[in-house]
Amino acid sequence: MTNNELIWRIAGGSGDGIASTSQNFAKALMRSGLDVFTHRHYPSRIRGGHTYTEIRASAEPVKSRGDGYNFLLALGDSFARNPKEGSVYGNEEIKPLSENLDELHEGGVIIYDSGLLDASEIDDFDARVEENNWHVYDIDLRTMAREQGREVMRNTAGVGATCALAGIELEWIEELMTDAMPEKILEPNLEILHNAYNKVLDEYDVDEHDVKVPEGSHDEEQVLLSGSDAIAYGSLDEGCRFIAGYPMTPWTEVFTILCQNLPKVGGISEQVEDEIAAAALAIGASHAGVKAMSGSSGGGFALMSEPLGLAEMTETPVVLIEAMRAGPCTGMPTKPEQGDLEHVLYTSQGDSHRVVFAPGTVAEAYTQTRRAFEIAYEYQIPSIILYDQKLGGELVSVPASVLDEEPNPSLGSTLTEAELADAPHDETGKYSRFQHDVEDGVSPRSIPGQKGGRFLATGNEHTPEGHIEESPANRVAQMNRRLQKKEAIRADLAAQSESHQTYHGPDEATYGLMTYGSSQGTVEEAVDMLTDEGYSVKSLGVSDMAPYPVDEVSEFIESVDEVLVVEMNATAQFRGLTQKELGQYGEKLSSLLKYNGNPFEPLDITEGFKTKIVEDGELSGPETKFVPAAGD
Amino acid sequence: MSAFSAIGEGQEIDQNEYTPGLEPQATWCPGCGDFGVLKALKGASAELGLSPEEILLTTGIGCSGKLNSYFDSYGFHTIHGRSLPVARAAKLANPGLEVIAAGGDGDGYGIGGNHFMHTARENHDMTYIVFNNEIFGLTKGQTSPTSPKGHKSKTQPHGNAKEPLRPLSLSLTSGASYIARTAAVNPNQAKEIIIEAMEHDGFAHIDFLTQCPTWNKDARQYVPYIDVNESDDYDFDKTDRRSAAEMMAETEDALHEGKVLTGRFYVDENRPSYGQEKRAIGEMPEQPLAERYFDDSYEWERSADLFLDKHK
Repeated sequence: MTNNELIWRIAGGSGDGIASTSQNFAKALMRSGLDVFTHRHYPSRIRGGHTYTEIRASAEPVKSRGDGYNFLLALGDSFARNPKEGSVYGNEEIKPLSENLDELHEGGVIIYDSGLLDASEIDDFDARVEENNWHVYDIDLRTMAREQGREVMRNTAGVGATCALAGIELEWIEELMTDAMPEKILEPNLEILHNAYNKVLDEYDVDEHDVKVPEGSHDEEQVLLSGSDAIAYGSLDEGCRFIAGYPMTPWTEVFTILCQNLPKVGGISEQVEDEIAAAALAIGASHAGVKAMSGSSGGGFALMSEPLGLAEMTETPVVLIEAMRAGPCTGMPTKPEQGDLEHVLYTSQGDSHRVVFAPGTVAEAYTQTRRAFEIAYEYQIPSIILYDQKLGGELVSVPASVLDEEPNPSLGSTLTEAELADAPHDETGKYSRFQHDVEDGVSPRSIPGQKGGRFLATGNEHTPEGHIEESPANRVAQMNRRLQKKEAIRADLAAQSESHQTYHGPDEATYGLMTYGSSQGTVEEAVDMLTDEGYSVKSLGVSDMAPYPVDEVSEFIESVDEVLVVEMNATAQFRGLTQKELGQYGEKLSSLLKYNGNPFEPLDITEGFKTKIVEDGELSGPETKFVPAAGD
Repeated sequence: MSAFSAIGEGQEIDQNEYTPGLEPQATWCPGCGDFGVLKALKGASAELGLSPEEILLTTGIGCSGKLNSYFDSYGFHTIHGRSLPVARAAKLANPGLEVIAAGGDGDGYGIGGNHFMHTARENHDMTYIVFNNEIFGLTKGQTSPTSPKGHKSKTQPHGNAKEPLRPLSLSLTSGASYIARTAAVNPNQAKEIIIEAMEHDGFAHIDFLTQCPTWNKDARQYVPYIDVNESDDYDFDKTDRRSAAEMMAETEDALHEGKVLTGRFYVDENRPSYGQEKRAIGEMPEQPLAERYFDDSYEWERSADLFLDKHK
């Protein structure tokens, strides 16, 4: 966290071009040498509704959304259809301005489109402006856009005005618009950009406020990537050439990226009738010798529960992606939450198990997706990448070298026809696909069409050749062998040169913060802020949900006096998992939870830490809550 | 050179080659129609000269799902209702495979009905055999989607209040390009129809009437049957959608009046299969995708080369 940063929020209605405008703006700031991090907030609707994207840009590394923000561009909701105060959703037109005031820093800047918004509709607007020393620029962006072309281009006018006020050189924006826009709309947009920029410079004293873009430079070339990009690219680099799916927010992003790009590399994408089919197709393709994946969000993943068990029982490698959103049921489709951990870990009948990774950053999303494929195909087990709307949608600047990796198309423990000739068969020539006594529990597979490899894959308990069989001796041998893979994978992960768990802060700290998945960056920023304030604290971001990294987490907890476990859900699922896996440390653990539809801000965590760990007090607001650990 | 040398060899083969060397004890009851499907499938596969190792037979759950145990090939005994999505993906992954899916009427028309409609709609190049005994057999005699109205069972003690589903009509509406009905009591016609279905380039659906002597004692043994393509009493054009639809409706009504009509009801040889459609729009490689993983000379694409520039 640094004070020298621009946190720019662009607010409007769905359909106002917030996503594309903010993406270009973020990339422009990245190219200018800054680290950027975006945070999206949007409703589940095509048109209208209060939506914003926040871009945090700093010369220092940024790992999280900031605490509030300092520059608002309120475009106004041009699709608002029901602007009456008394209606269910209130006056929607004014929301891009009215709904964003609470988190704007003192001394912050507001540009609003006076062509659409009338600030006098907000009762205490003037008083709040004065009280907070905000600098307000009411600019008729709408008319400016209309003069040059179309009203929808008023976001460009807003960007032009922003650049003038924040001291951003226009060339960064021009270059990006030239890259991103077709010629037909490029000219009017450039015109609007310049007009707005010059008008603001002419008409206002842009130095009356001090919210300015910082200057920075990168040692290494950066790219702007989202978690969804990283998962999709990780899959491709691991040789995945088949995806089946059904649209569901927020998983749709990964699905879309792969549907668009798989044909370019001779792969196959299938949008199918439902998620049961999607998972079954991935299993069918993998069975036939292609690296395959499927995925969904909570509700769709629920439909995959039975195919997941089929993949496990038939030992068909498959990778599933689960993009969490706020539940239960349809919940809040476009809002982030980390509430599907238990769903993903325990769904499917019987003593079933799988591999689950929850990456903490965009870069981890790439490497852990690759590892998920590698393990799925080596150990013939379903692997799941568990992430959420936050990680999937946030665009972050990362070094280009993160993706500069070689592909690995290996099918893992799969035999060729030549190898099959020397492999064990029964006396009738059926391949012993599911041998009892094999290293790490892994019995290599054959692929349909291979000579000498025929076997039966079945969801029933089966003999080494795949025949349905219920004798106690065979049952126990097969169960033990399949379960043995879990310990082999745990050992394999522990032996890797780089752990999936991420440590931050001083080794010798008195207190610990722990989290899983996408809250990691925010927790790390909180550690830095607390350290600056003189507290002795470090953090552990855990990615391996299954098999759980028992030794690493135990060591971390042992090394501190007390641990606050931070996660975005209401029932402390990750802390529950930790206690289940470790069987102790209840007296050291407590939880800080947030489930209001917004991700943690660093201050939520620093306040939680100070209140709980230092003062053992109660939280002041309703946004977050404490929950003690069960037992000791 | 192919990594899958069992595919496309073309060979003289005896139908006993599809009988497992260690044949498991039959789980089907004496007199069960399922034996008829097994025999017809073996006969058809032998006549086409298919190697057991180029066939992928996927099944669902139920008595019909046991087919895999008695037919020696690559097999995938899946979960209830899901044989089709597994099968069609395998066909896309390796189009050289001879892919056959099989299941019961509850499996295919009930729990897996959505997959049936969509697999037919997409016209995947595969054969789908539905063991239609108008009953749930393995779970001991509950009413199924094709049980007649009024049929009494432990779960419908006052008689079935629902009209039975019309499998042929549903198949036609959904988009299957080869639709036939045969019966276990008619082994020669059954074998011929399975051969045609396997040779057909598209989704071939066979509604296979399989009597259940244990749980559906009320039902007919599906005799005498009439082949609508051979009988002079029926005149319709199986290549015409409207004409076929009328014949199917008549056939479905007749079954519950005690008249068993069988034969080919709809055949569209002109419609491209799903694989052909996908290749035509550049969404499926010309070479079987599965081969690529065994080709050491293939140069695998890198995300960094393909995508990094647009993120800079």
